[in-house]
Amino acid sequence: MNDYRPPLDDINFALEHVIGYPEIAELPGFEHADLESVTELLAECGGFASEAMAPTNRQGDIQGSHLQSDGTVQTPDGFKKLYKQYVEAGWGTVPLPEEYGGGGFPRTVGVAIQELMTSANMAFSLCPLLTQGAIEALLHYGDDELKDRYLPKMVTGEWTGTMNLTEPQAGSDVGALTTRAVRREDGTYAITGQKIFITFGDHDMAEQIVHLVLARTPGAPEGTRGISCFIVPKFLVNEDGSLGERNGVETVSLEKKMGIHGSPTCVLSYEDATGYLIGEENRGMRIMFVMMNSARLGVGVQGLGVAERAYQQSLAYAQERQQGLAIGATGSSSPIIDFPDVRRMLLTQRAHIAALRYLMLLDGSYVDRSTHDPDPAARARAEEIVGLLTPICKSFGTDLGNELTSLALQIHGGMGFIEETGAAQHMRDVRITAIYEGTNGIQAADLVGRKLGVRGGASIMEFLSTMKEIDTALSAAGEDFASIRKELATQFDALEEATRWMLANGQTDPNSVLAGSTPYLRMWGLCTGAWMLARAALAAQTAGDATLAKNQLVLARFYAEQLLPQSGSLLGAATAGSADLFALDAAMLAG
Amino acid sequence: MKIVVLLKQVPDTADERKLDLDTGLQDRDASDLVIDEINERALELALRSKDADKSTEVVVLSMGPDSASTSVRKALSIGADAGVHVVDDGLAGADAARTAAVLAAALKNVGFDVVIAGNEATDGRGGVVPAMIAEHLSLPLLGNLVSAELSADGVRAERQVSAGTQSISAPLPALLTVTESFDEARFPNFKGILSAKKKKITVLTLADLDVPAPSGRTTMVNTTERPARAAGVKLTDDGTSATALVEFLASNRLI
Ligand SMILES: Cc1cc2nc3c(=O)[nH]c(=O)nc-3n(C[C@H](O)[C@H](O)[C@H](O)COP(=O)(O)OP(=O)(O)OC[C@H]3O[C@@H](n4cnc5c(N)ncnc54)[C@H](O)[C@@H]3O)c2cc1C
Repeated sequence: MNDYRPPLDDINFALEHVIGYPEIAELPGFEHADLESVTELLAECGGFASEAMAPTNRQGDIQGSHLQSDGTVQTPDGFKKLYKQYVEAGWGTVPLPEEYGGGGFPRTVGVAIQELMTSANMAFSLCPLLTQGAIEALLHYGDDELKDRYLPKMVTGEWTGTMNLTEPQAGSDVGALTTRAVRREDGTYAITGQKIFITFGDHDMAEQIVHLVLARTPGAPEGTRGISCFIVPKFLVNEDGSLGERNGVETVSLEKKMGIHGSPTCVLSYEDATGYLIGEENRGMRIMFVMMNSARLGVGVQGLGVAERAYQQSLAYAQERQQGLAIGATGSSSPIIDFPDVRRMLLTQRAHIAALRYLMLLDGSYVDRSTHDPDPAARARAEEIVGLLTPICKSFGTDLGNELTSLALQIHGGMGFIEETGAAQHMRDVRITAIYEGTNGIQAADLVGRKLGVRGGASIMEFLSTMKEIDTALSAAGEDFASIRKELATQFDALEEATRWMLANGQTDPNSVLAGSTPYLRMWGLCTGAWMLARAALAAQTAGDATLAKNQLVLARFYAEQLLPQSGSLLGAATAGSADLFALDAAMLAG
Repeated sequence: MKIVVLLKQVPDTADERKLDLDTGLQDRDASDLVIDEINERALELALRSKDADKSTEVVVLSMGPDSASTSVRKALSIGADAGVHVVDDGLAGADAARTAAVLAAALKNVGFDVVIAGNEATDGRGGVVPAMIAEHLSLPLLGNLVSAELSADGVRAERQVSAGTQSISAPLPALLTVTESFDEARFPNFKGILSAKKKKITVLTLADLDVPAPSGRTTMVNTTERPARAAGVKLTDDGTSATALVEFLASNRLI
């Protein structure tokens, strides 16, 4: 089975009862985005994902995108038609500003849509994801002329966008990039240099591609402080908005990759290409930071989306595959779902996926509060929380994306390793999510380096206090919730201990803090995940649906009792410092 | 131009379809209810006319229980301008003749230049209702089409028959039925879904329609559940299998 069933019930439940979507819809500017309309939209969007997108996923993997001898890039069969349908259906426009033709819906809704799209076809949905990144840069920093010229068609999706950061010597360290931008007399810039790994850098699904390019002007300061951001269209745009001459950007080659074969990953060569400055010179990194939260949350959602698709497949397989005899079973064989170890894999997937979904939507809801809450203090606080949750969503979401997809494969036994089954594709596709858009190591460094120190640590401690407040509700909820309450309290204390250690050592011994950053981020992931499931279980008790109440209680309890304790076990690694990591030099590591 | 698309809500073909053995009617709770795919194709044809000429008005007309309103709503999301839903307890289990009489009356009530229907519904597969409606309304029937072009002057269409392709045309008003050769409906557009909320669905009951009481109706004599699938017959070739095969085919009235 390779079908995709959109998990609409869980998304709707999360919106209504877990992350408080009705409050988001009451923020000024979102009045039109009431829960009922959103539910209806998501149902149709899910239909599009499962009926139009999901069937192209396999073909995209098998065929891949290819560079043709004439220098153009051909996407897999079906992608072009699908993209046209996608633009016509308008799903990409939902969370974009109405001023430029978007739906003006909250980002929270955008997150839900993104999950559906990614589950259906991750490689394809990268194109809209990158376009959205380019749109946001323009929206926040572009002047009116640039916005009016590019945004309307990028919002509809008729024109797609790319993000050009990476160069051979500049990956995690964007500051090392060398692409040059020289100002011309007419105010445009001549862009020259080579960019690598550019997702949907060229393709045949749209008539125009708008590249967002980071480059350096002559005499610019070293490192990230000397980076500027430019728009470089594939075709120059005439005064009347029609497409003109081809700009000086060529596709040199396409990478052969482990996964996301449908998505063309391009080496782009810029040769005296015409670029338009966004904002001011040397402000490129600031612009990137605006988009980073958005794109990083988007990649976290990819981890969730692929895990969900793989989970659905493994659940179906577990019911079909007959093997051996389960304890107490009669007959000649049992479906493997009757074995406890297979159940453990399924429940682990199910519980983590629900927790991730709620966490991603929660992050999205704080994005909305950060932009739309009328109270400036509330906006500022929401922005801090977004800063905190986003590296967790990206890193924990994609680490789990990998781990859960691997479990789904494991359930398939040997067939999981066989390409024909289709489970392997998910494993190959999801692998990149932990790497791009800032590797997960970089996310952990961001958490301890930038986010931990906000307001001298007060921001993160306040968030932890908010999480701890759930104790009151858990204690009032009675015996069923006792073990959840106990485990949460224990683990929140361990997280607090790790946080205090990080805060105490951050200034004096930054290398120790970086050494513990990845286990520390995982502690946050597990604790926020358990917290979200506990919130969901509490909310489900009063939602008037006994089955739902039971399901959510089981998920929250399983998570708290059997998954969350890993968090405390990481306290040692998070706070061990860096001594042993550096005690063996490279020669000694080689043995 | 005003185009009315006839729309039937049917059990999803992807699901198992069941008969209620007591009433002999389909069990509507047994599967998801969707717009019959053939009607979606009819709707797409109408919407393409509207794409070409914005003044075209597309109305969907459905007769069915309360649940059918979701299908009408969906058609509005896809792009129809308005919906008409004929719903009346007295129509439960209506047969083809009754359905055609009621739809014809509703069509008179709504008004139209062109009526587009599917050639046959995927559940009942009778394929007679459109012809009956054409008869009631004295309309030219262009049935079983593989392509069609609509304009204010009339309809030009093609129909595939065993000997070749027939080109046919008719002035308006006319009734067309489409086959699977027509394109599937477009996906609902996000803004279309939102604006569909503001579109009007007119609900009509039998009392609103000028339709005579039926002189008779189809009655279900009895119903039997489809027998469970039995194992196939295996012929081992001991030199007589040709004869055995012929006997088998003949006894099952297959030759
Ligand atoms: C399929 C694909 C699509 C991509 N799409 C795009 C795109 O559209 N646009 C774009 O600009 N780029 C894109 N990239 C590039 C991607 O963002 C980079 O590969 C990624 O940021 C990592 O950079 P790198 O490959 O140079 O690895 P490196 O930076 O060399 O990292 C290697 C390892 O060292 C670690 N590391 C490096 N520096 C540090 C540090 N300071 N602290 C701790 N650990 C560190 C990393 O975590 C990693 O484990 C894409 C890449 C791929 C493979």
